[in-house]
Amino acid sequence: MVRMELQKDKYGGQTGRGVLTGEDLAEGVLKGDRLAISRTITVLEDNLQGSGSIYRRLSRKGGNAFVVGIAGPPGAGKSTLINCLIKEFRARNSKVGVVAVDPSSIITGGALMGDRVRMLEHSLDAGVFIRSMASRGNLGGVSTATRKTILVLDAAGYDVILVETVGVGQTELDVASLADMTIVVLMPQTGDDVQAMKAGLLEIGDVFVMNKAELEGADRAVLQLVLSVKERNGWKPPVLRMSAQRCAGVKELMEAIGKFRERITPEQMLKVRRGRARDELVQSLRSKMEELMEERLTGDGTLERFADLILAGRSDPEEASSKLLSRIFKVKSEN
Amino acid sequence: MKMNSKNTSNYYALKLKEIRRKKSESPRPSKSYEAWKKQVYSKFASMSPERKKEFRNTSGFVLKPVYTPEDIQDIQYEKDLGFPGSYPFTRGIYPTMHRGRLWTMRMFSGYGTPEDTNARLKYLLKHGETGLSIAFDMPTLYGYDADDARAMGEVGKCGVNVSTLDDMKTIFSDIPLRDISTSMTINAPAAVLMAMYVVVAEGQGVPLRYLRGTTQTDILKEYIAQKEWAFPPEAHMRIIRDMMSFSTREMPLWNYISISGYHIREAGANALQELAFTLADGFAYVDLGISAGLPVDSFAPRLSFFFDCGMNFFEEIAKFRAARKIWATVMKEKYHAKDPRSLLMRFHTQTSGVSLTWQQPLNNIIRTTIEALAAVIGGTQSLHTNSYDEAWALPTEKAARVALRTQQIIAEETGVPDVVDPLGGSYYLEWLTRELEIGAYEYFDKIERLGGVLDAIKTGFLQREIANTAYESQKELETGERKVVGVNSYVVKEKRPINILRIDEKAQRVQVEKLKRLKRTRDEQKVRRALEELRNAFLDPNGDTMPAIIESVRARATLGEIMNVGREVYGNWAEPPLL
Amino acid sequence: MGGTTIAVKNDTGPRGGANRKIRILVAKPGLDGHDRGALVLCRAFRDAGMEVIYAGLLPTPQQVAQMAIDEDVDVVALSLLNAAHMTAFPAVKHELEARGGSNILVVGGGIIPDEDRKKLESMGITGNYGPGTPLKTIIEHIETRVRNERWRTTSSGARVRRKP
Repeated sequence: MVRMELQKDKYGGQTGRGVLTGEDLAEGVLKGDRLAISRTITVLEDNLQGSGSIYRRLSRKGGNAFVVGIAGPPGAGKSTLINCLIKEFRARNSKVGVVAVDPSSIITGGALMGDRVRMLEHSLDAGVFIRSMASRGNLGGVSTATRKTILVLDAAGYDVILVETVGVGQTELDVASLADMTIVVLMPQTGDDVQAMKAGLLEIGDVFVMNKAELEGADRAVLQLVLSVKERNGWKPPVLRMSAQRCAGVKELMEAIGKFRERITPEQMLKVRRGRARDELVQSLRSKMEELMEERLTGDGTLERFADLILAGRSDPEEASSKLLSRIFKVKSEN
Repeated sequence: MKMNSKNTSNYYALKLKEIRRKKSESPRPSKSYEAWKKQVYSKFASMSPERKKEFRNTSGFVLKPVYTPEDIQDIQYEKDLGFPGSYPFTRGIYPTMHRGRLWTMRMFSGYGTPEDTNARLKYLLKHGETGLSIAFDMPTLYGYDADDARAMGEVGKCGVNVSTLDDMKTIFSDIPLRDISTSMTINAPAAVLMAMYVVVAEGQGVPLRYLRGTTQTDILKEYIAQKEWAFPPEAHMRIIRDMMSFSTREMPLWNYISISGYHIREAGANALQELAFTLADGFAYVDLGISAGLPVDSFAPRLSFFFDCGMNFFEEIAKFRAARKIWATVMKEKYHAKDPRSLLMRFHTQTSGVSLTWQQPLNNIIRTTIEALAAVIGGTQSLHTNSYDEAWALPTEKAARVALRTQQIIAEETGVPDVVDPLGGSYYLEWLTRELEIGAYEYFDKIERLGGVLDAIKTGFLQREIANTAYESQKELETGERKVVGVNSYVVKEKRPINILRIDEKAQRVQVEKLKRLKRTRDEQKVRRALEELRNAFLDPNGDTMPAIIESVRARATLGEIMNVGREVYGNWAEPPLL
Repeated sequence: MGGTTIAVKNDTGPRGGANRKIRILVAKPGLDGHDRGALVLCRAFRDAGMEVIYAGLLPTPQQVAQMAIDEDVDVVALSLLNAAHMTAFPAVKHELEARGGSNILVVGGGIIPDEDRKKLESMGITGNYGPGTPLKTIIEHIETRVRNERWRTTSSGARVRRKP
């Protein structure tokens, strides 16, 4: 079996510790150390050794950040809008984390992530941490990795975490389920309003932004949107106009965010967070079960033997899987 | 500020329809070509196959084995081509073209400190050049002073550094501005450099109406291709508008803008994209002038163009012909220009830099020769030929001389300039010219639908088109589908002949020192007042910024200080996602 | 230097084993808008299966270094055609070191004379390819360096110790 190892990382000269351990990383994150944050995200995202203990250490510390999902089709100006939001939150002394998710190519597995281009001016701000993330195509994987990244930034003391996703349907919905609130960004002229309905964006938006509002067709698109947006839990999502290129309209957006945040009752917050915790639990269970399945059933020909039984008519998939399941759980997990 | 109103969007669409209708309505071709293709050509080609499955030019047009009268049946001589010097100027903008005056052989110079460049310019003037062409370093091009942190290591590297009015004075010291024409390759801070030139001229006692020369000023192609800007597009366009008004009023001989396809092409565009995007930019500047309240004929005659010339010989010639025709047609039909000079597309050409290879550099002489020949046949008004060593180096004296001699040989020995548009009437060339024309109108239509050039830039459409072509072309090279001699065919083992002209860091030291001295000796209060006025002018969308820029220069505010006021007022510009 | 190294648990993780992706930051750290090459490289790297982060135009060396660290990239690929490589490339390298990112690999490209190449290589800035270099050459160079210096692969499963 091929085993890989990351080259030792020098851990900021000032500490003189040289090489990072899992504890170093977790401690570094809790102190808000950028290098530790960055490295920890990789360790968790890639499920490298030590990820379990780091995850456990950090997950007890999180829960303070306000997580805002930014969803919308490509080209709607999400990054530009995030750039405006960073400025506003920084002016209010909030530390801002940004997670920008871009799709991976199905064919090569590679990805192009250009969202930072819009946020260049914030790259040296100690109160801003921006991380790009490739979706890597695996179902549910985006939300797992994103959730972990949010956790790290949360534990590191970032007050607001903005999560940008591309308009590829399921991803958006997944990510929306991680956020305390979701801003849906659209632009006129492209039939975005129609797209939005198709992609289920209408259901996830707590605030809608019609960006590039100076373009023709904005009035019509806004009207369409206002008519289609429905009240949810006593909150009627507002539809705002913006020209994110000039950050025009961002004050109104900040107000809407503030209002939404204010009216979240502790019960609602609890509900959201419980839902998220439950989600995490399910995800974690699912991946552990997959791991177990991998460990116990592949490589020793078990699956093939059962397949043959099925082929020979001596078993069927239902029965076989039940048998295998009981076999998996008879073996105690080592974790 | 909206440069292009969507209401006019149907002009290009209608034009497109008109050309296509003409094409489809022209008498049906006789059957002779089809018959030949079936009976003679196919039979032959099946026995002795062609070199490629499909032949394409850079613009992606699939080429037939041969062109015949049938391909150009819809082209009417007088209407579509016309005589040289007559509408629509497809064959040339002047009746005599190069029989009257040869094209101007213009070469580019400038490096290091203003003193270095002054010495170089004087040398060139002594040797008979009357047209000076000045290159600036990167900090100047972006509008930063030599002492700015961003200028570290870049002062004087790719051209001369100009941070102050004194630098400009030094460059032109002992050079009579009344007698020469000066071309300045400067875009984002063009208004400031022009203001400096104006103040230097005043110091020499030369009335502005005598000043001849060019500032490139074409900011649109910066957003599209070269990416050297300082402010968001609207802000730059508004300052250019003021330059247009000022020049039209005060400097009637000044070409305040040179609409450039060169950089678009070098950034990866194909010939069609160069043609279409450059002309679209040109029309955007016409819209700008009109929005400034200028009658079209008061400024259009001063607009000039700057094209690239690549290796696909016929395609390039067709490009120049199509450009002239489209410009004249649109200026007449859409903008209702009355002055015949408004219809004339005057252009400078430079041979392609990207076609040069560091491998077997002498081959570049051949490439440049072929490109120069196409530019001459295409009817260029002036020409810069690249030196064979430019893929790896600033040109040596010897290489620069060969480049100039290339033009002189074409001029004096080939007989090519003796007949106007000598390839006109070639079935292939006329077909190509028309196809490029159609392709360009298709792009204009698309750009109009996006809301005009500015919106096409802001959404990244134009930049993406170019990046896509660049990537495809690179892949073609890597797969060997496209051959470049010495690079992926006929390769020999050789050392890389790199020899860059080293500009030591002295330029930076000297320039920083001068800035320090300036800031000690000037009247700070005067500077602050002038910059405050400038800020007000920038903030007032209807005001005129030129007087305030000139006053700031007079008060000895630096280039960087002036541009920083703009950066504060207008903010930065970040590109839309291109990937 | 002691301590535990962080290793891949197994090769089933999304980035483990053969699926492991090189993370790369492409940047032009100076006053140079000629982005044709950089954009072509971004696409080529993606098509070679890398996760590419594009820094956009006109970042400072400090910004490039901080981005590289925040993104935890394996490699920073620098490109400049404005003859400022001898100032800007070492500046990025220096900033990386100052910010604790000395393990991030730096490769360069541009119009770079041989003597400059040698100096850059001695600082650990490698590649330094010029115009006309096949994409394949550049990609292979990066892959090799990442494999040898950022990742360690053995078939035994034994932990590999490398001198820092």
